[in-house]
Parts: sequence; C-alpha cells; structure tokens
Amino acid sequence: MEQFAIKWGSWVTRNRILTLTLSLMLAMAAASGAQFLGFTNDYRVFFSGDDPHLLAFENLQSSYTKNDNVLFVIAPEDGKVFTRDTLAAISDLTDRAWETPFSIRVDSLSNYQHTEAQGDDLTVADLYEDAASLSDADLARIQDIAVTEPFLVHRLIAADARVAAINITVETPGIDQATEGPQVVEHVREMRSYVEQTYPNLKVYLTGIMMMNQAFPEASLFDMTHLVPTAFAIILFLVFLQLRGFSGTVTTFIIVALSIVSAMGMAGWMGIKLTPPSMSAPTIILTLAVADCVHVLTNWLQKYRSGMDKTAAMKESLRINFSPVLLTSLTTAIGFLSLNFSDAPPFGDLGNIAAMGVLFAWFYAMTLLPALVTLLPASNKKKGRAYGSEIMNTFSGWVIRRRGMLMPVVSLLIVGLVLCIPRNQLNDVFVNYFDERIEFRTDTDFVVDNLTGMYFIDYSLNAGSSGAISELRYLQQVQQFTDWLRQQPEVIHVNTVTDVFKRINKSMHGDDPAWYRLPEQREMAAQYLLLYEMSLPYGLDLNNQIDIDKQRTRLSATLKTLSTTNTLAFEDRASNWLQQNAPEIHTTDASPTIMFSHIGMRNIISMLGGTAFALVAISLLLILAFRSVRYGLLTLIPNIAPAAMAFGLWGIVDAEIGLGLSVVTAMTLGIVVDDTIHFMSKYLRARRAQGLEAIEAVGYAFSTVGIALWITSVALAAGFMVLSTSSFALNAEMGLLVAIVIMFALIVDFLLLPALLIRFDQWLIGAARKNSEIEATTQSV
Amino acid sequence: MPFVKVIVKTIIVAQLGFLTLFGLTFNLAFAQTAEERGTEIAIAADQRDSGWKHITADMEMILRNRAGRESRRKITNRQLEVDGDGDKSLSLFKQPKDVAGTAMLTFSHGLVADDQWLFLPSIKRVKRISSKNKSGPFMGSEFAFEDLASQEIEKYTYKLLREEACGEGYQCYVIERIPQYESSAYKRQITWIDKDQYRNIKVEFYDRKDSLLKTLEMTGFKEYAGGYWRADRFEMTNHQTGKSTRLNWKNYDFESPLDDQDFSQNALKRLL
Repeated sequence: MEQFAIKWGSWVTRNRILTLTLSLMLAMAAASGAQFLGFTNDYRVFFSGDDPHLLAFENLQSSYTKNDNVLFVIAPEDGKVFTRDTLAAISDLTDRAWETPFSIRVDSLSNYQHTEAQGDDLTVADLYEDAASLSDADLARIQDIAVTEPFLVHRLIAADARVAAINITVETPGIDQATEGPQVVEHVREMRSYVEQTYPNLKVYLTGIMMMNQAFPEASLFDMTHLVPTAFAIILFLVFLQLRGFSGTVTTFIIVALSIVSAMGMAGWMGIKLTPPSMSAPTIILTLAVADCVHVLTNWLQKYRSGMDKTAAMKESLRINFSPVLLTSLTTAIGFLSLNFSDAPPFGDLGNIAAMGVLFAWFYAMTLLPALVTLLPASNKKKGRAYGSEIMNTFSGWVIRRRGMLMPVVSLLIVGLVLCIPRNQLNDVFVNYFDERIEFRTDTDFVVDNLTGMYFIDYSLNAGSSGAISELRYLQQVQQFTDWLRQQPEVIHVNTVTDVFKRINKSMHGDDPAWYRLPEQREMAAQYLLLYEMSLPYGLDLNNQIDIDKQRTRLSATLKTLSTTNTLAFEDRASNWLQQNAPEIHTTDASPTIMFSHIGMRNIISMLGGTAFALVAISLLLILAFRSVRYGLLTLIPNIAPAAMAFGLWGIVDAEIGLGLSVVTAMTLGIVVDDTIHFMSKYLRARRAQGLEAIEAVGYAFSTVGIALWITSVALAAGFMVLSTSSFALNAEMGLLVAIVIMFALIVDFLLLPALLIRFDQWLIGAARKNSEIEATTQSV
Repeated sequence: MPFVKVIVKTIIVAQLGFLTLFGLTFNLAFAQTAEERGTEIAIAADQRDSGWKHITADMEMILRNRAGRESRRKITNRQLEVDGDGDKSLSLFKQPKDVAGTAMLTFSHGLVADDQWLFLPSIKRVKRISSKNKSGPFMGSEFAFEDLASQEIEKYTYKLLREEACGEGYQCYVIERIPQYESSAYKRQITWIDKDQYRNIKVEFYDRKDSLLKTLEMTGFKEYAGGYWRADRFEMTNHQTGKSTRLNWKNYDFESPLDDQDFSQNALKRLL
C-alpha cells in the first residue's frame, strides 16, 4: 500500500496540470447530472412503495376519491364570518377556488347543499346566494344552520363563527409531479393576494396536504440558502485556524465545493429526487470532506515549514495519509450506505449522496489538492503554535495517570446513559416537521388553534353486500361508532354518511326535528338517498363518501395534533371499539396520520439491519487494517458507545425520537470510527514498529493526532450543529444528535480508549504478536 | 334518449333551419364564419333525428372505479317528442333492487330549468326534484343529468373547429359548443359529428377551469325504422378521477305507441 501511495504521490505532483485537468473533467461530468435534479413535493416520498399503511391508504382512496386538498382559511378582522361582506367574499372565493388546477371538488359555506322541506317537496340548494341582499334575520338563520350542522362545524366554520374555510380537493394526474403541485399552490396563493387587495379586512391562512407537499421543497430551499453558507463560513474559519494559510484554505474550499457538486450531480444522474433529508447532504459532505483536506494539508505544511520543498513535502504527506484517509473515507461511506436499509427512501438517498460525496472528497484530496496546492504560492514561515501540543502532552499525562479512575468513571457514565435509552419515545408529528420559519407551519398552527385539525383517520366501513349501506342495522352501527368518536377527547370532527341520511329524513318529514334520525327501512333509505343524490350539483356529490356499489362508506375523523403514542393509542382504541361493537363493518383505517405514526417504528426496525450491516462491515475493515482481531474487537467499544450514550442523553433531555433519529446510529458509526482509526493507527505504529510500551505508545498517539482529533471533532460537531438549525425538524434533530455523538466519541477515545489499551495490553498484544511475525516484513498501518 | 332528439322547434329555430338549408346550398358561394357553420351542422343533425315520436329502450349502466370494482344499474327509458318544447322522458329504475320501481319523469326545456319528479315506491309518493342542479352525477355514475338531457339547439352556441376522421372510420365535423343554460358544470364541450349521418360519435367535456374532465364515446350504431341511428354503447371516462361508466342499450322500440298520458305524474305510480 505504501509503495502505491508513494508512486501515486510522485505521479500527481509531476503531472500537475494533467491531474488538474482530469479531475476537473471528472467533476464537470459528474456535476452535469444536476440538470436532472428536482425537488419532490409529495409527502408520500417518505414511504417505500410496499409500506402497508401507504398501500391501505391508496387502496381506500381508489374506492372513493383522493383527499389531497388545500384548506383556504379566512379570518375576518372583526371576528364575524356571518356578515354580508364576508359571506359575499366566501361566495366569490368559492367560485375562484373552482379555477384551481386539478380541483375536483370545492366545499364552502356558500355551496353547502342545504336541504329543506318545501311543502311536500325536498329542496336542495346552496346555503345562501347573493349575500349582499341578505337581511339580518337571514344572516342569523344561516349562522344557526351552519354552526349546528355537523358536516360544517369544526371543519368549514368555527363553532364561535370567527373563522371559516374553503376546502379544495385536488386530484393531480401525476404525469409531471414536479409542476402539478406547485401549480395548485401558485393558484391559491394568487387567490390570497387577491383577497389581500380586494378584502383587506380578511386574513388568509393556507394549509392542507398540498400546502404541506409544497413546504418540503420550500424547507429544502431555505436550508440550502441558509445552512450551506453558514456551514461553509464556520468550517473554513476552523480550517484557516488550523492551517494558518490562505492557499490551503482556498484549496480546501475548492475541494469541498467540487465534492458537493459532484455528489449532487451524480444524484441527478441516478435520478434521485431531492427531499429535505437528502438536501442535508451538502452540509454533511462539506463537514466530512474538510477532514481529508486538513489531514493532507497539515502534514504537508509541517514538512514544508520545516524546510522541505513543496513537492517533496506533498509526496511525504500523501505517503503518510493515503491509507488512513482512504480507510476513514471508506468507513464513513459504509456508514452512509447503510442508510439504504431505511424504510423511508429519502434517507437512503441522503446516504447515497453523502457516501458519493465522501468518496469524491477522498479522490479530489488525493489528486486535485496536491496538484493545486503545490502550484499556489504559500509561505513557509514557521508559525508558533507549540502551546497546543504542550496542552496535549499535559492532558495525555493526566489521562495515563488517572486511568485507574477514568476507566470505571467513564464506564459508569456509559452504563448510566445507556440505561436512559428506554426513556425515549417515538414521536413523528409530521405537521411539526417544519419550524416556524416555514409559512405552512405558522398557518397550520393558526388553523389548528382556531378551526379544525390536520390529523385525520379514514375508516372504510363495509356493509357486506351491494346496496347494503341503506340497511338500518349498518347505519345504526355507523351511527354508534360516530357517536363514540364524537365523545373522544382527541376528535374534532366526524364526517359520516349517517348525518346525511338523518338530514334527508328530517326534510322528507316537513323538517320536523323529531325525524332527525335514521330511516328505518332499507328501500326507503336507498330511495331517499337517490332523490338527494339527484339533487346535488357537480363536484358536491357523495362519491367521496360512498363507493360505487353502495356497499361501503367512508367515515373521516379529524383529530387534534397528537403525539405518535397517543395516535397509536387512539387508533387501537377505535379498532377495539369496532371489533367489540360492530365487528362486521370494520375494514380498513388509513391516513397520512396513521402512516407517519408507524413509520418511526418501521424505520427503527429496518435500521437495526442497517446498523448491524455497518457495524460488521466496519469492524471487519478495522480488523483487516489493524491486522488483529482483538484490537478490532476492542474498538467496538469506542465505536458503539458514543451513539448509545447520545441516545441516553437524548432520553434525559428530550426523550422524543422521530424518523430523523432512527438513522443516526448507522450513520455516525462510520464517522466516529475515524477518530478511533487515527488514534489506533498511531498507537499501533508506536507499539509495534517502534516497540514502545503501551503507556508510551498512548503518549505518542496523543502527541501526534491528539490535536488533529480535537480539531476535526470540533469541526464535525460544528458542521452538524449548523444542520441542527435546519427548518426541517428531521434534519435539525439528526444534526443535533450527530453532533452529540461526535463529542461523546471524542470523550471515549480520549478518556476510555487509552485506559483500555493499557489495561488489556497483555491480551491485545498476545494476538498481535502472532500477527506481527507475519507482518515482520510489511509496513504497519 | 335525449341526446338524439328531435326538434320541432320554435319559430326562431325554424328560421335557423331555413338559413341552414340556404347556407348549405350556397356554402361555396358565401364565406361563412366558423360559428355559422357550427350552428348549421348542429341544426342539420337535429333535423336528421326528428320525427321519431316515441321510443322505448332498456339501458344497463356499468360503473367502474379506479380500484377496478364494478357496479350495475338497469333502467327502462321512454321518450316522447314534444312539439314546440323539449322532450318528455320517463326512466324506470329496475336495478339495484333497493330502488326498483323508482321512476323519474323529466319535462325538458331549452334554457329554462327542466321539470323533474321522482316517484318513490317505498313511500308511494311523487317528489319534485329541485332541478336547478343539472350538473350532478346520475345515480353515482360519470354521467351528469345534463349529459343525458335533451339536447335542444338553443342550449349551446356552436363553432366548427375542423373536420377530421374519427370513431370507427367516420369523417367528422369537430364542433365546439358552449352551454348557455345556467349552472352547467362545463365551460365547453367538443363534439365529433359524422358527416354522413350526423351522429354524435364522441364528446369531450371541459370543466369550469377548462381542463378535460370526461370523454364520451359512442359505438355500435344501428339504424332503426325511419332512418334513426342509435349507438349500442356509450363509454364515459372521467380523466380526473379515473372512474368510468358504460351504458349498454338494448331493445330499442320505435313502434309501441306512447302519448302524454304515459308521461304524467300519475303515470309514475302506475308503472309498478
């Protein structure tokens, strides 16, 4: 390996222009794939195609209609919806809502189909028309109907009549995903601008599935324009502090930037669609790519400033760094690739992009970097920074002296934190994936506080045979379920066909409130329903609630925003109720709420496989690299402990685990192992090649890589801390936890690993001795 | 059935008809606007299909949703040509069983809302349907009332767009028509009318935001007594929801006599 590294080093420093040209061409070829990149704007992207809860929901929607929607919420400044002006505005906006691209249905106060007995006939008509001509008595009557109609209240009108909404149901054909959603959003935002100009006393809030879908690219763009520049600034500042030279810093910038664009370009070639998780890749690549540059440049500067010429210094630096940098890049890539085990495809994408970025960074650091930096002017003046190594020597002395105390203390800390892991609870509140800097979040918060909920569960209730939904027994069961749901504290609104039957029955009996009950004979119910359906206008039919065979109806329960635990508990409670009280009508319950409630657990289980894969692959790599099974096994401790400790700390501080955190263990494994590799390779070099005792070898390792590990860990933690300011909660919590893992890794490597190496030296060396005979003629790592 | 209906129209329409004949004759001599040509063709089609007096036919309706599930309805239809107004029609529902015996009577008018009554056998009562809403689905199908209603000339304005091959080897006029009656679900429709027999071969329905909503295709034309052409099969596809509805027509009867007595509210109750 070392021979190869030497040849490599001399080739790239000899053919500098050729190396530059070739690596730039590679970068351009890779980066040109960026033309195929596009943002996904569909929450379904978080679910794999075979996710059972997604399939259940798709299946349910194909029997009725889709319920992708925009909820256009109107809040009059005077807090009164039932005024001539506001009602006129709602009529106007309802008409405009019909212009929304791909809209198939619009529900509002103005087009609500109110039924009324007129003599012996059934009148079905808009709740009101021509709002300007309504008398005060009319307004009072309309308000009374609206706030007592179960279909409307808590859905399209607040119970206190202060806020109203227009619900626009859209069905995008899915031919051109990238433009269909944005067209819908553009239209409703134009409507909002129109309201601001025409009805200045109305405030508009936009929410619904389509708005959430649009929030994904918007959060990504926000992160790209805010996080990436910040991360660049912080990391380059740290690099500059470490290298104390402009040409090195500039070169690092170029290498990092090229790694990012190459990886993103390759993502384009591979057809990866960008999501907020995969858009954290640039920040992550930036953070990781820097380490390669720092290692090569630090050693180069050391040699150069101690009197070597630029090229010779570079060759030497490449010789030293080639293997460890390759090894650390490989382990990091493996960690990221293991994200492909995730059940949520965006994390697999993130893993692939980051892995490619890390490998590109290694390649550019080994080609472009030496070629470029030796062409640039650089000062070879010695810069005093010896105090750093003094501190490190003092520190290592302390660690070695206190190892008897450190081992139990750090071990206890690890055990203590591990015991706190079970405190964590799964929680994926998808509405809160976006923070308050994203408009969707603030608008949704307002709507949830003042009108209705974003969470819902759809139940497809089976009457058993064609037409049987008119059977009294079925209707009674649906009604009982509805009544039960309405008593639950989590439930805000229930949309059920039994309300329609009761309403028609009442109107068929001269609007006598005593007849607001289910029709008693099947034929009568079916014929009432037929009469009612015949009276409904386009887009307001019952096809979204009743299947074509009249065998099933869809019941929708709108819920408060709940934690995952509470959602699952509610889902169970409702299922149990149905199982006990109406087992024959129970079929599926499905919704995005259900999907997101299960994804955390599904992902944790699938990522266990990913973590195991990464652990085995990385451990094998380490055993090979250290040429010792026992040293390889020992490093399991500093490799696994940090993530376990971080989850324990999380259990104490936050205790809520979302989708973003389920990938952290596998992902950080490849990163934290880098510290171990650097420390161990120096330790083993001293222990084996230089024949130092364990204690002295630890001191040697501290003095050679101690500072570098400290700096890279701080840089890594800083990079991931930047990620923790993401507007997208999954990224933010992931960034924060990774930063914690990295700092714990440093603690374990500095405080526990040396003590372990010294304590178990006999056992470790026993194995190494056998190997050392084999490798007597080869180089140590 | 209404589509295909006859006209003995008002004076205005008669005049238009005269203009049409006149126009057809001097078509080459006088340049016409696309609107004039379109109107002309619509009137010609209307005239071709007039004078049948009364029809009885059975219809089977097959609804399909995106999941591929199907549901069937069966209806017997009667129609009566009316002088000076829209036709009268009576639909007797036979299937599904729950609504068997339910019957709907429609007096269609031009731009004025139709009169409609529904007889509900379970309560043995005739109820008037508030029929301002012509745009809703007919029995949960992809057909709206207005798609099935009598197609009076004055319900639309017409414009000839082009001429092209269509359907099962026909040469067709492609005409855009814009509903003039209130509360239509459509901004416009495009119809394909074959040049030979002036039959409706295909209709595209555009919703209020002018996107393609549905396509109706008619196939299996047969000629009945007196030279009236009727299709066996209507296939309506909703492009926005992926649902579709097929109508299969059987037992066309132009012979059995029907009169005003058969199209009254009392007649509804006597069907059982």
